[in-house]
Formats: sequence, structure tokens, C-alpha cells
Amino acid sequence: MPTKDEIFEKIQVALVDALGVEDDEVTPEATLVGDLGAESIDFLDIVFRLEKSFDIKIPRGELFPEDILTDSQYVHDGRVTEQGLAELRKRMPFANLDEFVQNPVVQDFGNLLTVADMCRFVESKVEVSG
Amino acid sequence: MRWYWIDRFLEFESGRSAKAIKNISLAEDHLHDHFTNYPMIPGSLVIEGLAQTGGLLICEHGHFEEKVILAKIPKARFHCDAVPGDTLTYTTNIEYVKDEGAMISGTSHKGDQLHAEVEIVFAHLNDPRQGALFDPHVFLRMMRLLGAFDVGHAADGGPLLPPPRLLKADDGDGREHTSAKD
Repeated sequence: MPTKDEIFEKIQVALVDALGVEDDEVTPEATLVGDLGAESIDFLDIVFRLEKSFDIKIPRGELFPEDILTDSQYVHDGRVTEQGLAELRKRMPFANLDEFVQNPVVQDFGNLLTVADMCRFVESKVEVSG
Repeated sequence: MRWYWIDRFLEFESGRSAKAIKNISLAEDHLHDHFTNYPMIPGSLVIEGLAQTGGLLICEHGHFEEKVILAKIPKARFHCDAVPGDTLTYTTNIEYVKDEGAMISGTSHKGDQLHAEVEIVFAHLNDPRQGALFDPHVFLRMMRLLGAFDVGHAADGGPLLPPPRLLKADDGDGREHTSAKD
């Protein structure tokens, strides 16, 4: 049963290996896209490394629900609708959406997810000690 | 110039691993242009050879129905040079296959000496507007030329056989249909 620190350390290793960044760049506040340079194909790689490292299964769209952002039911004129935001909150309880909600432009969504969000996501899938 | 960067499969274990060799020859033009007066195989072409070894493994696992493209190289480490006269042995293992793509890990050895290590991510293109990347007969020809069916094993341990989809492209006498693109 890993501690929160151990979860962070394993996520750090996964991101260093997947994104070619340095250890000290992977801080809890760092955004995956903006600060660490992740691109869409990297999420496939990251998800695999998390699955292997924590022995968990991460179904497609669970960490990064891109299906919401491409669904006309939830997006209007390039902005996520109220219904879409409600769906995002439901699907991403691990992410802090407060800032995004102020100006929910789809284009900015990719820069939302932080390393701390990813830690909370993994913590929700494994038993944490301490 | 033909885009074959492996010469022959030594092993092909469906859904698991593949091993292929690449013989390096002074007759290869590109060797003479990489570094003047020091012919050696460029690292990029070693990666391409490993991608072909592992990529065909991924394609075969999906019965050659997925559109598999090299999408990312998370890791590529080279430990020494490989020069004319060397034979490289490429070993690749499937790390995962998902709906969206797959990853292999691979090594290149010169005899017992580790030459290179890679990880390669392949994406599955799922845009229906995108036509086939290769005609089935191209895959069939590659797999036969490289000896995959001579050495390969299916997931159940039996001999590796061409999937029906590829055989449909065969004219029945061992030759493949050619298309206008050939």
C-alpha cells in the first residue's frame, strides 16, 4: 500500500520517462501540457506507465475525457457548456476546475491537468497508506 | 531504394516478441554520407529497423486490420557504433496493446554487445476518412520476404500463418497481385 509520497515519486518517474523532462521539473503544480510539454500521444504513454507502475487499469478517457470536448452536446462555439462543465466535474473529481470554469474555452482545457491532479487520480484508484 | 531496414526475422512470436537481423554493408550508399570517411549506420535507421521489427509484430497481432504508425520514441540510447561488416540483432517485445495504440521495447546487439535500447509507441489511426496505409499484398510480401512465416509461431504455439485478409490479396500461386501504385 503506497504512501502519497511514494505515489508522487512513481508518477515523477513515469513523467520523466514519458516526456523526457528532468526530475525537478515534475512538481505538483506543473501542468502536463503547458509546463511539461505533453502532447496527445503522450497521454497514451503516460497511462500505460501508470497502469504498469501501480498495477491498475485506466479505461480510455478516464484521466483525460477528450470525448466530452468533442461532443457537440457539451461544446458550443468553442466553449464548454454548463452541461459539459457538470459532466467534467463528475468525470474529473480529482482535477481542480475552478479556474477553467471562469473561461471554459476548449482550447485551454489541455493545459488544465497538473501533476497534483494526477496524484489525486491515482490515489482514487489505489489504497493509500498513512 | 526500398525501405527495408531489417533483412530477416529469426523469431516471430505472435503477440509477444520478434527478433530480426540487419546486416550492414559498405554497398549501402547512405553509410558514406553520414560521417565523411567513417561509414556507420545512422541511429535513426537502427530505430527504423527496430520499429519495423516491432511494428510488424503489432500489425500481425491486430490481423493487419489496424492502421499502425510510429508515433513517438520515448527512449533511444546508443552504446556504440555499428559499421560495415557488423550484423545487428534487433529484439522487440510488446509492452502493451490498447485500442488507441501500442508500445514496444527493443534492443540492438552486435554479437553479445549491447548496441542500442529503445521504446517505441505506435498509434492506431482510427479516422474512417483515412484509407488503408498499405495494401494487404504489401504486408504479405514483406512478411514473406522477411521470413516471418518460416520462423513464426501463432499465439497457440502452432505455425504462424498469413491471416485470411492478407491471403485474399494473394493470387494463389505464391505471387501477389500488383496495384497501379506499384
